[in-house]
Amino acid sequence: MSINYISEILPSLLNGTKLTLSLFFWTLIGSLPLGILVSIGLTSKFKPLQWILNFYVWLMRGTPLLLQLIFVFYGLPIIGVVFQRYEAALFAFILNYAAYFAEIFRGGFQSINYGQYEGARVLRLSYFQTLRKIIIPQVVKIVIPSIGNEVINLVKDSSLVYVIGLGDLLRAGNVATSRDVTLVPLLMVGVIYLILVGICTYLLKKVEQRYAYYK
Amino acid sequence: MLEIKNLKKSFDGRQILNGVDLTVEDGQILCIVGPSGAGKTTLLRCITGLEAADSGEFLIDGQPFDPKGMEASDAVMGVVFQDFNLFPHLSVLENITLAPQLVLKEAKAAAEQRGLDLLDQLGLEDKGGLYPYQLSGGQKQRVAIARALAMKPKILCYDEPTSALDPQLRDEVATLLLKLKAQGMTQLVVTHDMDFAEKIADKLLKVTALDQKG
Repeated sequence: MSINYISEILPSLLNGTKLTLSLFFWTLIGSLPLGILVSIGLTSKFKPLQWILNFYVWLMRGTPLLLQLIFVFYGLPIIGVVFQRYEAALFAFILNYAAYFAEIFRGGFQSINYGQYEGARVLRLSYFQTLRKIIIPQVVKIVIPSIGNEVINLVKDSSLVYVIGLGDLLRAGNVATSRDVTLVPLLMVGVIYLILVGICTYLLKKVEQRYAYYK
Repeated sequence: MLEIKNLKKSFDGRQILNGVDLTVEDGQILCIVGPSGAGKTTLLRCITGLEAADSGEFLIDGQPFDPKGMEASDAVMGVVFQDFNLFPHLSVLENITLAPQLVLKEAKAAAEQRGLDLLDQLGLEDKGGLYPYQLSGGQKQRVAIARALAMKPKILCYDEPTSALDPQLRDEVATLLLKLKAQGMTQLVVTHDMDFAEKIADKLLKVTALDQKG
């Protein structure tokens, strides 16, 4: 494996990495808040909302993400909903990850002692103030390790977008491998994923440390 | 003065409170005593609005009020819970100043000044920057008291203030409650500890278990 060859294909791999990263960031930005909202809805006393959200979570967790990508991009146009490739990927990823995050947050909400709500209540905080200032900050600390797991999964799950013809990191490697008949590009792809996950792991540790000031 | 007339409460057809009357005079301490399961805590939860009473009249200084709807009114009740329910992610000072800022719309500096004064008064002057897990049980209780006082309640209510603490701290709690009484605070204390109640109470209300099926 020559340095020349590596530097020759690196730009195309980095180009693919750009798509991988942008999908990663926008999915997180969309699915984390959506996941919190869904988890609040899952614990709501309004039964029809609970049923709908449980169905949604079941659907998202019960079918492969790959299948969901295909349905969003090739299936939805049949009923008149047309997405561009990238938007279709983002839509499917956000809906899918929000379902997993919602279940993680639901567990987090349920592990908060009811006394915290009552403590806030007798101080006459509104429900919204209680969630924002008292409950959610404590939930975040509890769920960080599980969220971290999903975040790392997301880095690698993003490679599924090849199925709707998007050029991400893995696809860039695949293209180079079949063109040049060598495994070197895929080896490099592996290294780039490892670097990305390494950075994620480091950042997640930092966030965990930020919340380590109390027990 | 707090007056409660004919308070009734049942759970699933089981009558817990059947027409309780009580009066707490300004600046006095009323102790609600009785064996566990008699409904003392339920009574306190109805008065503080954590539980809806089935029926009954609530008067403060002769004016009717609805404990469940206190968001809208002036601070009436402060509550010190049995296990304090401090907010673990906030420092001691933040625990005290959060509600005055969010609910009473006090400026941060004013709320903090008052918080520090309260800590000073309760012998916690150097504890403002600590977090609840760094405090002893007795210190947590005093933070809970400071947090309730910061909302300027007319009445301070305690649920079993001695039961989560070491027995030798009982007298300290009694001294603290009497000190607050000397400052004019009206207090309502639920306890199963007769000796403690007799030490601090101006008036005792004995609650006995009702066991009839409603």
